[in-house]
Amino acid sequence: MKTMFFAFAMTIVVSFGAYFVLSNMGLSSAETQSAPSVRLD
Amino acid sequence: MNLKVIGAALIAFLTFAVTPSYANEATDPRATTGGAQTLEDILARQQGLEVDNTFRRQNQGNPDNAQPTSGALGSLGGISDADIYRGIRFSDVDIKVSNKGPAAEILVQDGGMSWLLTRENQIRQYAAYGLGGILVALTAFYFIRGRMTIEGGPSGETIERFKNFERFGHWCLAGSFIMLSITGLILLFGRAVIIPIFGHQVNGALANFSIWVHNNIAWVFMFSLVAIFLMWVKHNIPNKLDWEWLKMGGGIVGSGHPHAKKFNAGQKIIFWMTILLGASVSLSGLSLLFPFELPMFAKTFGIMNSVLGTAFPTDLLAHEEMQYAHLWHAIVAITMMIAILAHIYIGSVGMEGAFDAMGSGQVDLEWARQHHDLWVEEEQAKAAASSGGTQTVSQAGK
Ligand code: HEM
Repeated sequence: MKTMFFAFAMTIVVSFGAYFVLSNMGLSSAETQSAPSVRLD
Repeated sequence: MNLKVIGAALIAFLTFAVTPSYANEATDPRATTGGAQTLEDILARQQGLEVDNTFRRQNQGNPDNAQPTSGALGSLGGISDADIYRGIRFSDVDIKVSNKGPAAEILVQDGGMSWLLTRENQIRQYAAYGLGGILVALTAFYFIRGRMTIEGGPSGETIERFKNFERFGHWCLAGSFIMLSITGLILLFGRAVIIPIFGHQVNGALANFSIWVHNNIAWVFMFSLVAIFLMWVKHNIPNKLDWEWLKMGGGIVGSGHPHAKKFNAGQKIIFWMTILLGASVSLSGLSLLFPFELPMFAKTFGIMNSVLGTAFPTDLLAHEEMQYAHLWHAIVAITMMIAILAHIYIGSVGMEGAFDAMGSGQVDLEWARQHHDLWVEEEQAKAAASSGGTQTVSQAGK
């Protein structure tokens, strides 16, 4: 059971990790699909 | 000259001279509207019938036929506003936009309607009946067949079934899949179920949360799918034993315990279904995660057409690629959920002693003998060999 809860915890950690990595890679639809002249934030 | 002969010749001439235009009117159903849509076309479209719209699609003006710039419509260069709108309507005109990306130049895309309607009707219905059906079936099975017990009761002795890292991989896969299922269903049914009951605000908040979880937890699912494949593929190659197992109904339906190694035929089906459907749902999911970057349907349809002789469209607009990915993603995911519900049932309440395999990793020896007799023999032979063999080898192996 300990392994199961550890796996669930890691799942949450990796999800946040994926979010931070991806949002810093400039891959969002807004960034990939707007022209350079568009100010996004 | 005979007046009659001249008259007959004149009639014959007029008949032949006029016939072609008669014939044209008879074959061209839109002659009366000068080539534009007829009432029949409009009514057929309103009834959702198939209308061949090539006559409009191809009617986009003719620059060669343009009036001089001094003429009444000269400045339009032989293309009228109606011609231009038809070009926009059929995505067949050179559009310049300041936005980047392949989708920005598609202003009207009527495939969107069939995507929306398929999602709102068939997919939701299939999901509701499929998931509802399996839950009813499993409940009925539980009450009719009851929990499968260890015959003669547990022995009290245990044997290691899955190592820590195997269970870790399984639970990463299971945890992420269950979260993906719940959030995916919220996104699929939000408009139909959550808005009417709880209103737009609740649905908005839930949808926002769901898409965040769905997009990010998907990575855990993909990584653990690869891990599970690598860890267990060698135990899941089909063999003759599986056929025997299937013929005996796995001992679930009938009585008696067919022979099995580490995984029986039923588990192999779950394994391959998880791997193949999981890979497919991951690929279509990646295509959705990176919009327009990973189109895969035109190519897939092309291969299917050449191998299977089907006639799927291979000339897809950027939006259409996304729509096919979206529909396919939902179809595969729901099929997987239905199968996995049965797996969860048998791995928990359905069978005494099964959960321990993934809980503590230690299963009762009697349970193992009844469900995986040949695996127990193999493990015991291995243990005997390593303790009977040279001590250094078994020490090093540990
Ligand atoms: C609460 C949910 C779940 C429970 C209780 C559960 C339980 C189990 C158990 C006990 C086993 C080992 C069976 C054995 O001893 O041979 C197992 C194996 C496995 N599980 Fe799960 N599981 C769950 C969810 C999932 C999910 C969501 C997936 C995939 C998306 C999955 C995929 C697999 C696969 C591929 C195997 C190996 C093949 C098999 O035994 O059928 N499981 N699971």
